[in-house]
Amino acid sequence: MRRLLCALLLAGGPALADEAQIQLKDGPGAPLVEAYCVMCHSLDYIPMNSVFLDRKGWEASVNKMVKVMGAPIPSQDIPAIVDYLALQYGKP
Amino acid sequence: MFNRREFLKASASGVVLGASGPASAPLWAADSLLGPASLPSGALDSSWLDALPGKQPLIKKTFRPPNYETPLPYLDQAFTQNDAFFVRYHLAGIPQVDAASWKLSVGGEAADKPFTLTLEQLKRDYEPVEIAALCICSGNRRGLSEPHVPGVQWGYGAMGNAKWKGARLKDVLARAGVKKEAVEVVFDGADGPVLEKTPDFVKSIPLWKAQEENTILAYAMNGEPLPHWNGFPVRAVVPGWTATYWMKHLTSIQVVNQPFKGFWMASAYRIPKGKFPIVDRFLSQETEINTPITEMVVSSLITNLQDGAVLPAGKPAVVRGVAWDGGYGIADVQVSIDGGQNWRPAELGPQLGRYAWRQWSYAVGSPQPGSYTVMAKATNRVGASQTFELVFNPAGYHNNVVQRLSIKVA
Repeated sequence: MRRLLCALLLAGGPALADEAQIQLKDGPGAPLVEAYCVMCHSLDYIPMNSVFLDRKGWEASVNKMVKVMGAPIPSQDIPAIVDYLALQYGKP
Repeated sequence: MFNRREFLKASASGVVLGASGPASAPLWAADSLLGPASLPSGALDSSWLDALPGKQPLIKKTFRPPNYETPLPYLDQAFTQNDAFFVRYHLAGIPQVDAASWKLSVGGEAADKPFTLTLEQLKRDYEPVEIAALCICSGNRRGLSEPHVPGVQWGYGAMGNAKWKGARLKDVLARAGVKKEAVEVVFDGADGPVLEKTPDFVKSIPLWKAQEENTILAYAMNGEPLPHWNGFPVRAVVPGWTATYWMKHLTSIQVVNQPFKGFWMASAYRIPKGKFPIVDRFLSQETEINTPITEMVVSSLITNLQDGAVLPAGKPAVVRGVAWDGGYGIADVQVSIDGGQNWRPAELGPQLGRYAWRQWSYAVGSPQPGSYTVMAKATNRVGASQTFELVFNPAGYHNNVVQRLSIKVA
């Protein structure tokens, strides 16, 4: 994880310092989201897309990240990530 | 040039635009400088004003990759100043380009003689032309979609009007020699994905569009070199078509004899066939049910008022804004201040260019105290008008619904 962050620091430029301002909500699954999603983009993509997606909508987004964008998320971690997004950033 | 200090003061106190300028109406409003109130709540919560290096504070939608939109006051000018022009990237591998060593490769299987250009050669060897053109994101106003759809939740500001100077793409292609069987021209830029598996952002346009005299390889914007965030040193400019084709940090132009099948053409940026008025067809990319997004839809934006503004009673008021389409020309802009019951034509400003937006204004006189619903509807010269109801599509493209702004006079 630390090596990944170092690589991101080299590639990401000044953006990473600003990204510290983005605070995701606490909850089960948050550490998974914070570890995986941040590989490719800042975490503000998540609150930006709230609160209008239901669980199916978040599931479709995560699947798109894996299947289309090539995010290396192990399949056993996907349910917990979707659960987190649906509960914390999903349609009530 | 917009006054930065006044703008920041105004934004800090939640000021909206009144008839006489941003700093003179210190009252809270439904819309804010961060965007329309009907954006998703999370989008408003996670947007704030932030200044990328070399840019004014813009509305940060995402940090990485950067997606920043232009606050409304900057769109209330004929040309959008470079340091307030919106910024959009798909992928977080943003290049640091050195102008001296930058190269543009021109070639492909359907080109006779591939070659490479430096920036100096591009500027020197090809007649420069300057064209005024609106650059607008396909997903501009996606945040206003009902129901909301996932993606970058743009408000009004993923657009900007500029004078673009560069070489004609057709002149560069002529030197490469285009073979008979060529169908498309593929653009690639120096930006790229973080992960190898993520599809690179590569786009194609039909050969006929590439050979139009107005399609250029731009190295200047409003008289200055392109800002880094807007594609330094060279970007494609495809006037009348949405900005997805306007490849930034351009490094490769390939002429091909097969439709390009990369993800960002074959899957992304598609609209359902038959839902939008289109004259320009992208036949090599059409399927039975969809087509790539191509030309802009006719639209308008009120630039001096926001929803919730309060204007002083007894003083002359003006509604003004901009109108645009895919290059057929704006025929008229009709304005209503009573929620659409009565419409009067706005005065159109001077023509800035076929592919530029057109400013318009409508003098209201001295309105009585009360509530007004202000609307503006543009129609173009081939008879297409803005819609009153959203033409819904799951990707949130082509949002050109007539605005309805609640304005109070008190």
